[in-house]
Amino acid sequence: MIEKIFQSHTPGDALVAPGSIIWLDLDVRSARDFAGANVVKNYRTHYGDAPVADKDKTFFTFDLVVPPSNIPYANNQQICRTWAREQGVRVYDVNAGIGSHVALEEGLAYPGSTFVGTDSHLNILGAVGAFGQGMGDQDIAFTFKTGKTWFEVPPTMKVVVRGDLEPPCTARDLTLAVLGALGSSGALGRAIEFYGPAIEALDLPGRITLASQVTEMGGIIGFVPPSEEVLEFARERTGRREIAGVYADAGAGYVETVEVDITDLEPLIACPPSPANVKPVREVAGRRIDSVFLGSCTNGRFEDLAAVAEVVKGKQIAPWVMATVVPATREVYQHMLRSGVLETLFDAGFIISNPGCGGCASGHLGMTGVGQVNVSTSNRNFPGKQGAGDTFLASPITAAWCALKGEITVPEV
Amino acid sequence: MEKETRIRGRIWVLTDPQGKLFDDIDTDMIFHNRYLHITAVDQMGQYALDNLQGWEDFAQKAQPGDIVVAGKNFGAGSSRQQAVDCFQALGIAAIVAESFGAIYKRNAINSGLPIVSLPDLSARAGEFETGDELEMDLRTGQAVLNGERTFQAEPFSQVQMDIYQAGNLFAYGKSLNE
Repeated sequence: MIEKIFQSHTPGDALVAPGSIIWLDLDVRSARDFAGANVVKNYRTHYGDAPVADKDKTFFTFDLVVPPSNIPYANNQQICRTWAREQGVRVYDVNAGIGSHVALEEGLAYPGSTFVGTDSHLNILGAVGAFGQGMGDQDIAFTFKTGKTWFEVPPTMKVVVRGDLEPPCTARDLTLAVLGALGSSGALGRAIEFYGPAIEALDLPGRITLASQVTEMGGIIGFVPPSEEVLEFARERTGRREIAGVYADAGAGYVETVEVDITDLEPLIACPPSPANVKPVREVAGRRIDSVFLGSCTNGRFEDLAAVAEVVKGKQIAPWVMATVVPATREVYQHMLRSGVLETLFDAGFIISNPGCGGCASGHLGMTGVGQVNVSTSNRNFPGKQGAGDTFLASPITAAWCALKGEITVPEV
Repeated sequence: MEKETRIRGRIWVLTDPQGKLFDDIDTDMIFHNRYLHITAVDQMGQYALDNLQGWEDFAQKAQPGDIVVAGKNFGAGSSRQQAVDCFQALGIAAIVAESFGAIYKRNAINSGLPIVSLPDLSARAGEFETGDELEMDLRTGQAVLNGERTFQAEPFSQVQMDIYQAGNLFAYGKSLNE
Protein backbone atom coordinates (compact mmCIF):
# COMPACT_ATOMS: atom_id res chain seq x y z
CA MET A 1 0.00 0.00 0.00
CA ILE A 2 2.74 2.45 0.92
CA GLU A 3 4.50 1.91 -2.40
CA LYS A 4 1.28 2.64 -4.31
CA ILE A 5 0.59 5.80 -2.28
CA PHE A 6 4.18 6.96 -2.77
CA GLN A 7 4.13 6.17 -6.51
CA SER A 8 1.23 8.58 -6.94
CA HIS A 9 3.08 11.27 -4.93
CA THR A 10 6.47 11.27 -6.61
CA PRO A 11 7.74 12.08 -10.11
CA GLY A 12 6.69 9.33 -12.52
CA ASP A 13 10.12 7.94 -13.31
CA ALA A 14 11.17 7.40 -9.68
CA LEU A 15 11.81 3.89 -8.48
CA VAL A 16 9.56 3.21 -5.47
CA ALA A 17 10.85 0.06 -3.79
CA PRO A 18 11.91 -0.73 -0.22
CA GLY A 19 15.20 1.00 0.50
CA SER A 20 14.97 3.52 -2.34
CA ILE A 21 14.94 7.21 -1.51
CA ILE A 22 12.29 9.32 -3.19
CA TRP A 23 11.06 12.89 -3.16
CA LEU A 24 7.57 12.65 -1.72
CA ASP A 25 4.88 15.23 -2.53
CA LEU A 26 2.91 16.14 0.56
CA ASP A 27 -0.78 16.97 0.31
CA VAL A 28 -0.70 18.61 3.76
CA ARG A 29 2.11 19.83 6.01
CA SER A 30 1.35 20.96 9.53
CA ALA A 31 2.84 21.93 12.87
CA ARG A 32 1.37 22.00 16.35
CA ASP A 33 1.94 24.16 19.41
CA PHE A 34 4.88 21.99 20.42
CA ALA A 35 7.61 22.46 17.76
CA GLY A 36 5.51 25.03 15.89
CA ALA A 37 7.59 27.92 17.16
CA ASN A 38 10.76 26.00 16.24
CA VAL A 39 9.37 25.47 12.74
CA VAL A 40 8.75 29.21 12.42
CA LYS A 41 12.24 29.93 13.71
CA ASN A 42 13.84 27.52 11.25
CA TYR A 43 11.71 28.89 8.43
CA ARG A 44 12.69 32.50 9.16
CA THR A 45 16.37 31.61 9.52
CA HIS A 46 16.56 29.79 6.21
CA TYR A 47 13.87 31.40 4.06
CA GLY A 48 13.29 34.84 5.59
CA ASP A 49 9.92 36.31 4.56
CA ALA A 50 9.46 34.10 1.51
CA PRO A 51 5.92 32.72 1.15
CA VAL A 52 5.18 29.05 1.87
CA ALA A 53 4.81 26.74 -1.12
CA ASP A 54 1.02 26.59 -0.76
CA LYS A 55 -0.81 28.26 2.09
CA ASP A 56 -3.92 26.14 1.47
CA LYS A 57 -1.92 22.98 2.18
CA THR A 58 -0.20 24.35 5.29
CA PHE A 59 -1.77 24.36 8.75
CA PHE A 60 -1.15 24.77 12.44
CA THR A 61 -3.05 22.60 14.91
CA PHE A 62 -2.74 23.53 18.57
CA ASP A 63 -3.55 20.57 20.76
CA LEU A 64 -0.96 19.97 23.49
CA VAL A 65 -1.18 22.79 26.00
CA VAL A 66 -4.63 24.19 25.24
CA PRO A 67 -5.44 26.78 26.32
CA PRO A 68 -1.86 27.43 27.46
CA SER A 69 -1.30 26.81 31.15
CA ASN A 70 2.16 28.33 31.13
CA ILE A 71 3.75 31.44 29.65
CA PRO A 72 6.37 29.75 27.41
CA TYR A 73 3.61 27.83 25.56
CA ALA A 74 1.46 30.95 25.35
CA ASN A 75 4.42 32.71 23.76
CA ASN A 76 5.10 29.89 21.32
CA GLN A 77 1.46 29.70 20.25
CA GLN A 78 1.39 33.43 19.66
CA ILE A 79 4.59 33.21 17.56
CA CYS A 80 2.82 30.64 15.35
CA ARG A 81 -0.41 32.66 15.17
CA THR A 82 1.34 35.87 14.17
CA TRP A 83 3.44 34.14 11.53
CA ALA A 84 0.40 32.26 10.22
CA ARG A 85 -1.48 35.54 9.79
CA GLU A 86 1.44 37.01 7.86
CA GLN A 87 1.56 33.95 5.62
CA GLY A 88 -2.22 33.50 5.29
CA VAL A 89 -1.97 30.03 6.83
CA ARG A 90 -4.93 28.61 8.77
CA VAL A 91 -4.63 27.85 12.48
CA TYR A 92 -6.84 25.26 14.16
CA ASP A 93 -6.48 27.00 17.48
CA VAL A 94 -6.63 25.93 21.13
CA ASN A 95 -10.36 25.16 20.94
CA ALA A 96 -10.14 22.61 18.10
CA GLY A 97 -8.69 19.43 19.64
CA ILE A 98 -6.10 16.86 18.56
CA GLY A 99 -4.66 17.81 15.17
CA SER A 100 -4.66 14.32 13.65
CA HIS A 101 -8.34 13.88 14.55
CA VAL A 102 -9.23 17.36 13.31
CA ALA A 103 -7.48 16.41 10.04
CA LEU A 104 -9.83 13.44 9.61
CA GLU A 105 -12.96 15.34 10.62
CA GLU A 106 -12.12 18.30 8.37
CA GLY A 107 -11.25 16.10 5.41
CA LEU A 108 -7.63 17.30 5.31
CA ALA A 109 -6.47 13.67 5.33
CA TYR A 110 -8.25 10.93 3.38
CA PRO A 111 -7.53 7.49 1.92
CA GLY A 112 -4.48 7.61 -0.33
CA SER A 113 -3.35 11.11 0.71
CA THR A 114 -0.04 12.20 2.30
CA PHE A 115 0.17 14.31 5.46
CA VAL A 116 3.13 15.34 7.66
CA GLY A 117 3.42 17.32 10.86
CA THR A 118 5.26 17.56 14.15
CA ASP A 119 3.03 15.00 15.92
CA SER A 120 4.80 11.63 16.19
CA HIS A 121 1.42 9.89 16.18
CA LEU A 122 0.42 11.32 12.79
CA ASN A 123 0.85 7.82 11.40
CA ILE A 124 -2.57 7.38 13.03
CA LEU A 125 -3.84 8.43 9.59
CA GLY A 126 -3.04 4.88 8.47
CA ALA A 127 -6.46 4.22 10.09
CA VAL A 128 -8.06 5.48 6.87
CA GLY A 129 -5.34 4.21 4.54
CA ALA A 130 -3.59 7.60 4.32
CA PHE A 131 0.14 8.14 4.74
CA GLY A 132 0.78 10.28 7.83
CA GLN A 133 4.16 10.90 9.37
CA GLY A 134 5.53 12.83 12.33
CA MET A 135 8.71 14.76 11.66
CA GLY A 136 11.04 17.16 13.42
CA ASP A 137 10.86 20.93 13.15
CA GLN A 138 13.61 21.28 10.53
CA ASP A 139 11.92 18.71 8.33
CA ILE A 140 8.57 20.48 8.63
CA ALA A 141 10.03 23.96 7.96
CA PHE A 142 11.54 22.46 4.80
CA THR A 143 8.16 21.00 3.74
CA PHE A 144 6.40 24.33 4.38
CA LYS A 145 8.73 25.90 1.82
CA THR A 146 9.02 23.09 -0.70
CA GLY A 147 5.87 20.97 -0.33
CA LYS A 148 7.93 17.81 -0.40
CA THR A 149 10.61 15.88 1.46
CA TRP A 150 13.00 12.99 0.93
CA PHE A 151 11.79 9.65 2.23
CA GLU A 152 13.30 6.19 2.35
CA VAL A 153 10.65 3.71 1.24
CA PRO A 154 10.24 1.25 4.12
CA PRO A 155 9.69 -2.47 3.69
CA THR A 156 6.15 -3.64 4.53
CA MET A 157 5.19 -6.42 6.92
CA LYS A 158 1.80 -8.06 7.19
CA VAL A 159 -0.01 -8.58 10.48
CA VAL A 160 -2.89 -11.03 10.24
CA VAL A 161 -5.28 -11.12 13.18
CA ARG A 162 -7.13 -14.41 13.61
CA GLY A 163 -10.41 -14.71 15.52
CA ASP A 164 -13.09 -12.19 16.46
CA LEU A 165 -13.37 -9.60 19.20
CA GLU A 166 -15.83 -10.49 21.93
CA PRO A 167 -17.02 -8.16 24.75
CA PRO A 168 -15.70 -6.88 27.03
CA CYS A 169 -12.65 -6.77 24.74
CA THR A 170 -12.38 -3.79 22.43
CA ALA A 171 -10.16 -2.50 19.67
CA ARG A 172 -7.73 -1.40 22.40
CA ASP A 173 -7.35 -4.97 23.67
CA LEU A 174 -6.77 -6.17 20.10
CA THR A 175 -4.16 -3.41 19.74
CA LEU A 176 -2.46 -4.42 23.00
CA ALA A 177 -2.41 -8.04 21.82
CA VAL A 178 -0.63 -6.99 18.62
CA LEU A 179 1.75 -4.70 20.53
CA GLY A 180 2.55 -7.49 22.98
CA ALA A 181 3.25 -9.86 20.09
CA LEU A 182 5.47 -7.45 18.13
CA GLY A 183 7.19 -5.70 21.04
CA SER A 184 8.62 -2.18 20.99
CA SER A 185 10.78 -2.72 17.94
CA GLY A 186 8.94 -5.53 16.15
CA ALA A 187 8.06 -3.20 13.29
CA LEU A 188 11.16 -0.99 13.50
CA GLY A 189 11.59 0.98 10.30
CA ARG A 190 8.73 -0.82 8.58
CA ALA A 191 5.21 -0.18 7.34
CA ILE A 192 2.51 -2.58 8.52
CA GLU A 193 -0.66 -3.72 6.78
CA PHE A 194 -3.36 -5.21 9.02
CA TYR A 195 -5.67 -7.98 7.83
CA GLY A 196 -8.20 -10.44 9.22
CA PRO A 197 -11.92 -10.53 10.00
CA ALA A 198 -11.57 -8.65 13.30
CA ILE A 199 -9.68 -5.88 11.49
CA GLU A 200 -12.30 -5.62 8.75
CA ALA A 201 -14.99 -5.39 11.42
CA LEU A 202 -13.38 -2.43 13.20
CA ASP A 203 -15.25 0.87 13.06
CA LEU A 204 -13.30 4.08 12.41
CA PRO A 205 -12.56 4.79 16.11
CA GLY A 206 -11.26 1.21 16.48
CA ARG A 207 -9.03 1.65 13.43
CA ILE A 208 -7.71 4.88 14.91
CA THR A 209 -6.86 3.08 18.16
CA LEU A 210 -4.92 0.37 16.33
CA ALA A 211 -3.08 2.72 13.96
CA SER A 212 -2.14 5.06 16.82
CA GLN A 213 0.01 2.44 18.53
CA VAL A 214 2.18 1.54 15.55
CA THR A 215 4.69 4.15 16.75
CA GLU A 216 5.02 2.10 19.96
CA MET A 217 5.75 -0.99 17.81
CA GLY A 218 8.62 0.95 16.21
CA GLY A 219 6.75 1.17 12.90
CA ILE A 220 6.74 3.97 10.35
CA ILE A 221 3.01 3.53 9.79
CA GLY A 222 0.29 0.86 10.01
CA PHE A 223 -2.38 0.76 7.32
CA VAL A 224 -5.88 -0.55 7.84
CA PRO A 225 -7.31 -1.14 4.34
CA PRO A 226 -10.31 1.23 4.15
CA SER A 227 -13.78 -0.25 4.59
CA GLU A 228 -16.81 1.11 2.75
CA GLU A 229 -17.76 2.97 5.97
CA VAL A 230 -14.34 4.67 6.04
CA LEU A 231 -14.51 5.58 2.33
CA GLU A 232 -17.99 7.05 2.78
CA PHE A 233 -16.82 9.07 5.82
CA ALA A 234 -13.90 10.46 3.79
CA ARG A 235 -16.09 11.29 0.78
CA GLU A 236 -18.52 13.12 3.02
CA ARG A 237 -15.81 15.06 4.89
CA THR A 238 -13.78 16.03 1.83
CA GLY A 239 -16.60 16.47 -0.66
CA ARG A 240 -14.57 14.28 -3.04
CA ARG A 241 -16.88 11.59 -4.33
CA GLU A 242 -14.08 9.98 -6.33
CA ILE A 243 -12.16 8.71 -3.28
CA ALA A 244 -11.70 4.97 -3.78
CA GLY A 245 -8.89 4.04 -1.38
CA VAL A 246 -5.53 2.46 -2.10
CA TYR A 247 -5.17 -1.30 -1.59
CA ALA A 248 -2.30 -3.74 -1.89
CA ASP A 249 -2.00 -5.73 -5.11
CA ALA A 250 -2.98 -9.38 -4.88
CA GLY A 251 0.62 -10.54 -5.35
CA ALA A 252 2.27 -7.92 -3.12
CA GLY A 253 5.41 -9.06 -1.31
CA TYR A 254 6.01 -8.68 2.42
CA VAL A 255 9.21 -8.73 4.39
CA GLU A 256 7.48 -10.74 7.13
CA THR A 257 4.02 -12.02 8.06
CA VAL A 258 3.03 -12.22 11.71
CA GLU A 259 -0.15 -13.89 12.91
CA VAL A 260 -1.85 -12.81 16.12
CA ASP A 261 -4.66 -14.99 17.41
CA ILE A 262 -7.31 -13.18 19.46
CA THR A 263 -9.63 -16.14 19.93
CA ASP A 264 -10.65 -16.16 23.62
CA LEU A 265 -8.79 -12.89 24.17
CA GLU A 266 -9.07 -11.51 27.68
CA PRO A 267 -8.77 -7.80 28.57
CA LEU A 268 -5.16 -6.65 28.45
CA ILE A 269 -3.15 -3.90 30.12
CA ALA A 270 0.30 -2.43 29.43
CA CYS A 271 2.24 -2.16 32.68
CA PRO A 272 5.10 0.22 33.45
CA PRO A 273 7.70 0.85 32.12
CA SER A 274 6.71 0.47 28.46
CA PRO A 275 3.66 0.18 26.19
CA ALA A 276 4.87 -3.22 24.99
CA ASN A 277 4.89 -4.68 28.53
CA VAL A 278 1.45 -6.20 27.98
CA LYS A 279 -0.25 -8.56 30.49
CA PRO A 280 -3.77 -9.84 31.11
CA VAL A 281 -5.59 -7.38 33.41
CA ARG A 282 -6.27 -10.37 35.69
CA GLU A 283 -2.54 -10.67 36.55
CA VAL A 284 -2.37 -7.17 38.06
CA ALA A 285 -5.96 -6.99 39.35
CA GLY A 286 -6.43 -5.75 42.92
CA ARG A 287 -3.79 -3.02 42.78
CA ARG A 288 -5.24 0.15 44.28
CA ILE A 289 -5.26 3.13 41.94
CA ASP A 290 -5.28 6.89 42.41
CA SER A 291 -6.35 8.19 39.04
CA VAL A 292 -7.88 7.38 35.67
CA PHE A 293 -7.32 9.22 32.39
CA LEU A 294 -9.71 8.82 29.46
CA GLY A 295 -8.84 10.35 26.13
CA SER A 296 -5.78 10.94 23.86
CA CYS A 297 -5.40 10.31 20.13
CA THR A 298 -5.64 6.59 20.90
CA ASN A 299 -9.00 6.49 22.69
CA GLY A 300 -10.54 9.97 22.71
CA ARG A 301 -13.39 9.38 20.23
CA PHE A 302 -17.08 9.72 21.08
CA GLU A 303 -17.62 5.96 20.83
CA ASP A 304 -14.83 5.36 23.39
CA LEU A 305 -16.38 7.76 25.88
CA ALA A 306 -19.93 6.53 25.21
CA ALA A 307 -18.72 3.01 26.10
CA VAL A 308 -17.44 4.40 29.40
CA ALA A 309 -20.77 6.13 30.04
CA GLU A 310 -22.54 2.82 29.56
CA VAL A 311 -20.38 1.22 32.27
CA VAL A 312 -20.71 4.02 34.82
CA LYS A 313 -24.31 5.10 34.20
CA GLY A 314 -26.10 5.61 37.51
CA LYS A 315 -22.96 4.72 39.49
CA GLN A 316 -20.24 6.64 41.28
CA ILE A 317 -16.50 6.27 40.82
CA ALA A 318 -14.49 5.34 43.92
CA PRO A 319 -14.12 8.39 46.17
CA TRP A 320 -10.31 8.21 46.19
CA VAL A 321 -10.02 8.18 42.39
CA MET A 322 -9.33 11.34 40.40
CA ALA A 323 -10.79 10.62 36.96
CA THR A 324 -10.41 12.94 34.00
CA VAL A 325 -11.99 12.85 30.55
CA VAL A 326 -10.44 14.72 27.62
CA PRO A 327 -12.45 14.47 24.37
CA ALA A 328 -10.29 14.31 21.23
CA THR A 329 -11.97 17.19 19.42
CA ARG A 330 -14.65 19.83 19.65
CA GLU A 331 -16.88 17.64 17.48
CA VAL A 332 -16.52 14.78 19.99
CA TYR A 333 -17.27 17.18 22.82
CA GLN A 334 -20.39 18.43 21.08
CA HIS A 335 -21.56 14.87 20.49
CA MET A 336 -21.04 14.07 24.19
CA LEU A 337 -22.95 17.17 25.19
CA ARG A 338 -25.93 16.53 22.95
CA SER A 339 -26.18 12.78 23.56
CA GLY A 340 -26.15 12.93 27.35
CA VAL A 341 -22.79 11.13 27.64
CA LEU A 342 -21.23 14.21 29.18
CA GLU A 343 -23.92 14.42 31.85
CA THR A 344 -23.61 10.71 32.65
CA LEU A 345 -19.86 11.02 33.13
CA PHE A 346 -20.26 14.20 35.17
CA ASP A 347 -22.83 12.56 37.45
CA ALA A 348 -20.51 9.58 37.98
CA GLY A 349 -17.80 11.94 39.28
CA PHE A 350 -15.55 12.52 36.26
CA ILE A 351 -13.71 15.76 35.54
CA ILE A 352 -14.46 16.70 31.93
CA SER A 353 -12.09 19.09 30.19
CA ASN A 354 -12.04 20.87 26.86
CA PRO A 355 -10.68 18.87 23.90
CA GLY A 356 -6.95 18.27 23.41
CA CYS A 357 -4.14 15.81 24.01
CA GLY A 358 -4.28 15.80 27.80
CA GLY A 359 -1.15 14.77 29.62
CA CYS A 360 1.05 13.49 26.82
CA ALA A 361 3.50 16.40 26.75
CA SER A 362 3.04 17.89 30.18
CA GLY A 363 -0.16 19.18 28.62
CA HIS A 364 -3.03 20.94 30.25
CA LEU A 365 -3.89 18.07 32.61
CA GLY A 366 -3.21 14.45 33.45
CA MET A 367 0.20 14.63 35.19
CA THR A 368 1.08 12.05 37.86
CA GLY A 369 3.02 12.51 41.09
CA VAL A 370 5.57 10.23 42.79
CA GLY A 371 3.87 7.00 43.89
CA GLN A 372 0.63 7.72 42.03
CA VAL A 373 -0.96 4.76 40.26
CA ASN A 374 -2.72 5.81 37.08
CA VAL A 375 -4.86 3.83 34.62
CA SER A 376 -4.91 5.58 31.27
CA THR A 377 -6.26 5.11 27.75
CA SER A 378 -3.33 7.12 26.44
CA ASN A 379 -0.56 5.56 24.36
CA ARG A 380 2.76 5.78 26.22
CA ASN A 381 3.78 4.92 29.77
CA PHE A 382 7.54 5.34 29.58
CA PRO A 383 9.12 6.35 32.91
CA GLY A 384 8.55 10.02 33.64
CA LYS A 385 6.48 10.56 30.51
CA GLN A 386 3.42 11.94 32.26
CA GLY A 387 5.06 12.51 35.62
CA ALA A 388 6.69 10.28 38.20
CA GLY A 389 3.74 7.94 38.80
CA ASP A 390 3.13 4.40 37.48
CA THR A 391 0.91 4.50 34.41
CA PHE A 392 -1.00 1.44 33.15
CA LEU A 393 -2.51 1.55 29.65
CA ALA A 394 -5.86 -0.13 29.03
CA SER A 395 -9.13 0.11 27.12
CA PRO A 396 -11.78 2.72 28.02
CA ILE A 397 -14.02 -0.07 29.35
CA THR A 398 -11.28 -1.49 31.59
CA ALA A 399 -10.42 2.04 32.75
CA ALA A 400 -14.09 2.71 33.55
CA TRP A 401 -14.30 -0.42 35.72
CA CYS A 402 -11.07 0.55 37.45
CA ALA A 403 -12.51 3.99 38.22
CA LEU A 404 -15.63 2.44 39.77
CA LYS A 405 -13.75 -0.10 41.89
CA GLY A 406 -10.79 2.13 42.75
CA GLU A 407 -8.41 -0.67 41.84
CA ILE A 408 -7.22 -2.46 38.75
CA THR A 409 -10.05 -4.77 37.90
CA VAL A 410 -11.15 -7.06 35.09
CA PRO A 411 -14.20 -5.58 33.35
CA GLU A 412 -17.41 -7.60 33.50
CA VAL A 413 -19.63 -8.18 30.47
CA MET B 1 35.53 21.45 0.70
CA GLU B 2 34.57 17.96 1.78
CA LYS B 3 33.83 17.49 5.45
CA GLU B 4 35.90 14.95 7.37
CA THR B 5 34.24 11.54 7.26
CA ARG B 6 36.50 9.93 9.85
CA ILE B 7 35.44 10.59 13.41
CA ARG B 8 37.37 9.79 16.56
CA GLY B 9 36.19 10.34 20.11
CA ARG B 10 35.84 9.16 23.67
CA ILE B 11 32.71 7.07 24.18
CA TRP B 12 29.92 7.14 26.75
CA VAL B 13 28.29 3.71 26.94
CA LEU B 14 24.70 4.21 28.09
CA THR B 15 23.95 1.34 30.43
CA ASP B 16 20.86 0.75 32.56
CA PRO B 17 20.95 0.31 36.36
CA GLN B 18 21.67 -3.42 35.85
CA GLY B 19 24.72 -2.56 33.79
CA LYS B 20 23.12 -3.73 30.54
CA LEU B 21 23.24 -1.65 27.37
CA PHE B 22 20.16 0.61 27.41
CA ASP B 23 17.51 -0.30 24.79
CA ASP B 24 14.43 1.74 23.81
CA ILE B 25 15.75 5.06 25.11
CA ASP B 26 12.81 7.27 24.19
CA THR B 27 12.79 10.97 23.42
CA ASP B 28 11.32 11.81 26.84
CA MET B 29 14.39 10.25 28.45
CA ILE B 30 16.66 12.19 26.09
CA PHE B 31 14.90 15.55 26.26
CA HIS B 32 11.87 15.60 28.55
CA ASN B 33 8.59 17.11 27.42
CA ARG B 34 8.71 19.68 30.24
CA TYR B 35 11.43 21.54 28.28
CA LEU B 36 9.72 21.46 24.91
CA HIS B 37 8.96 25.18 24.93
CA ILE B 38 12.70 25.88 24.51
CA THR B 39 13.60 27.02 21.00
CA ALA B 40 17.23 28.17 21.51
CA VAL B 41 19.62 25.29 20.72
CA ASP B 42 22.34 26.57 23.08
CA GLN B 43 19.92 26.17 26.02
CA MET B 44 19.07 22.55 25.18
CA GLY B 45 22.39 20.87 26.00
CA GLN B 46 22.01 21.15 29.76
CA TYR B 47 18.91 18.87 29.72
CA ALA B 48 20.34 16.06 27.56
CA LEU B 49 19.49 12.64 29.08
CA ASP B 50 18.31 14.21 32.35
CA ASN B 51 15.29 11.85 32.46
CA LEU B 52 17.39 8.71 31.87
CA GLN B 53 17.93 6.75 35.04
CA GLY B 54 21.57 6.96 36.12
CA TRP B 55 22.50 9.56 33.48
CA GLU B 56 20.86 12.68 34.92
CA ASP B 57 24.25 14.46 35.07
CA PHE B 58 25.36 13.52 31.55
CA ALA B 59 25.34 17.15 30.37
CA GLN B 60 27.89 18.09 33.03
CA LYS B 61 30.19 15.17 32.20
CA ALA B 62 30.14 15.17 28.40
CA GLN B 63 32.85 16.98 26.46
CA PRO B 64 32.74 18.27 22.88
CA GLY B 65 33.87 15.51 20.51
CA ASP B 66 32.52 12.67 22.67
CA ILE B 67 30.54 9.80 21.13
CA VAL B 68 27.38 8.31 22.67
CA VAL B 69 26.82 4.53 22.48
CA ALA B 70 23.39 2.93 23.13
CA GLY B 71 21.36 -0.20 22.36
CA LYS B 72 18.32 -0.91 20.23
CA ASN B 73 15.70 1.63 19.08
CA PHE B 74 17.52 4.73 20.35
CA GLY B 75 15.30 7.82 20.10
CA ALA B 76 11.98 5.95 20.07
CA GLY B 77 8.85 7.97 20.62
CA SER B 78 8.15 11.56 19.75
CA SER B 79 9.22 13.70 16.81
CA ARG B 80 10.95 16.37 18.86
CA GLN B 81 14.00 17.82 17.14
CA GLN B 82 15.35 18.88 20.54
CA ALA B 83 16.32 15.26 21.23
CA VAL B 84 18.89 15.68 18.45
CA ASP B 85 19.67 19.37 18.99
CA CYS B 86 20.57 18.84 22.66
CA PHE B 87 23.49 16.58 21.65
CA GLN B 88 24.63 19.05 19.01
CA ALA B 89 24.53 21.79 21.65
CA LEU B 90 26.96 19.71 23.74
CA GLY B 91 29.22 19.15 20.74
CA ILE B 92 28.63 15.38 20.70
CA ALA B 93 30.43 14.08 17.60
CA ALA B 94 28.26 11.06 16.84
CA ILE B 95 25.71 8.61 18.23
CA VAL B 96 26.25 4.90 17.74
CA ALA B 97 23.41 2.47 18.45
CA GLU B 98 22.29 -0.96 17.36
CA SER B 99 19.23 0.72 15.78
CA PHE B 100 17.35 4.02 15.89
CA GLY B 101 13.73 5.15 16.09
CA ALA B 102 12.53 6.10 12.60
CA ILE B 103 11.74 9.77 13.21
CA TYR B 104 14.87 10.23 15.30
CA LYS B 105 16.96 8.87 12.46
CA ARG B 106 15.48 11.41 10.03
CA ASN B 107 15.91 14.29 12.47
CA ALA B 108 19.56 13.44 13.05
CA ILE B 109 20.27 13.05 9.34
CA ASN B 110 18.53 16.36 8.57
CA SER B 111 20.56 18.15 11.25
CA GLY B 112 23.83 16.69 10.03
CA LEU B 113 24.46 14.85 13.33
CA PRO B 114 26.28 11.61 12.46
CA ILE B 115 24.33 8.60 13.66
CA VAL B 116 25.71 5.17 13.01
CA SER B 117 23.92 1.82 13.23
CA LEU B 118 26.04 -1.06 14.46
CA PRO B 119 23.97 -4.23 13.97
CA ASP B 120 25.88 -6.51 16.36
CA LEU B 121 26.33 -3.92 19.08
CA SER B 122 24.22 -5.73 21.71
CA ALA B 123 26.02 -9.00 21.08
CA ARG B 124 29.40 -7.32 21.58
CA ALA B 125 28.30 -4.81 24.25
CA GLY B 126 30.81 -6.24 26.73
CA GLU B 127 33.70 -4.95 24.61
CA PHE B 128 32.64 -1.31 24.99
CA GLU B 129 33.51 0.68 28.07
CA THR B 130 32.96 4.34 28.85
CA GLY B 131 36.18 6.22 28.22
CA ASP B 132 37.33 3.95 25.37
CA GLU B 133 38.32 5.57 22.12
CA LEU B 134 36.26 4.82 19.01
CA GLU B 135 37.27 5.71 15.49
CA MET B 136 34.77 5.43 12.65
CA ASP B 137 34.73 5.91 8.92
CA LEU B 138 31.26 7.21 8.06
CA ARG B 139 31.77 6.34 4.40
CA THR B 140 32.65 2.68 4.83
CA GLY B 141 31.14 1.94 8.23
CA GLN B 142 34.44 0.61 9.56
CA ALA B 143 34.87 1.20 13.28
CA VAL B 144 37.92 0.58 15.47
CA LEU B 145 37.81 0.49 19.27
CA ASN B 146 40.97 1.52 21.15
CA GLY B 147 42.97 1.08 17.98
CA GLU B 148 42.60 -2.70 18.05
CA ARG B 149 39.11 -4.22 17.91
CA THR B 150 37.22 -3.76 14.66
CA PHE B 151 33.49 -3.55 14.01
CA GLN B 152 31.46 -3.20 10.85
CA ALA B 153 28.77 -0.52 11.10
CA GLU B 154 26.30 0.45 8.39
CA PRO B 155 27.90 3.03 6.10
CA PHE B 156 26.10 6.34 5.58
CA SER B 157 23.38 6.20 2.94
CA GLN B 158 23.80 8.51 -0.04
CA VAL B 159 21.20 11.04 1.16
CA GLN B 160 22.69 10.95 4.67
CA MET B 161 26.15 11.73 3.29
CA ASP B 162 24.82 14.44 0.97
CA ILE B 163 23.00 16.21 3.81
CA TYR B 164 25.98 15.74 6.15
CA GLN B 165 28.29 17.27 3.56
CA ALA B 166 25.89 20.16 2.88
CA GLY B 167 25.58 20.80 6.64
CA ASN B 168 21.83 20.28 7.07
CA LEU B 169 18.61 19.68 5.15
CA PHE B 170 18.13 23.35 4.29
CA ALA B 171 21.57 23.74 2.76
CA TYR B 172 21.10 20.44 0.95
CA GLY B 173 17.72 21.54 -0.43
CA LYS B 174 19.19 24.80 -1.69
CA SER B 175 22.15 23.00 -3.28
CA LEU B 176 19.70 20.91 -5.33
CA ASN B 177 18.14 24.03 -6.83
CA GLU B 178 21.45 25.53 -7.90
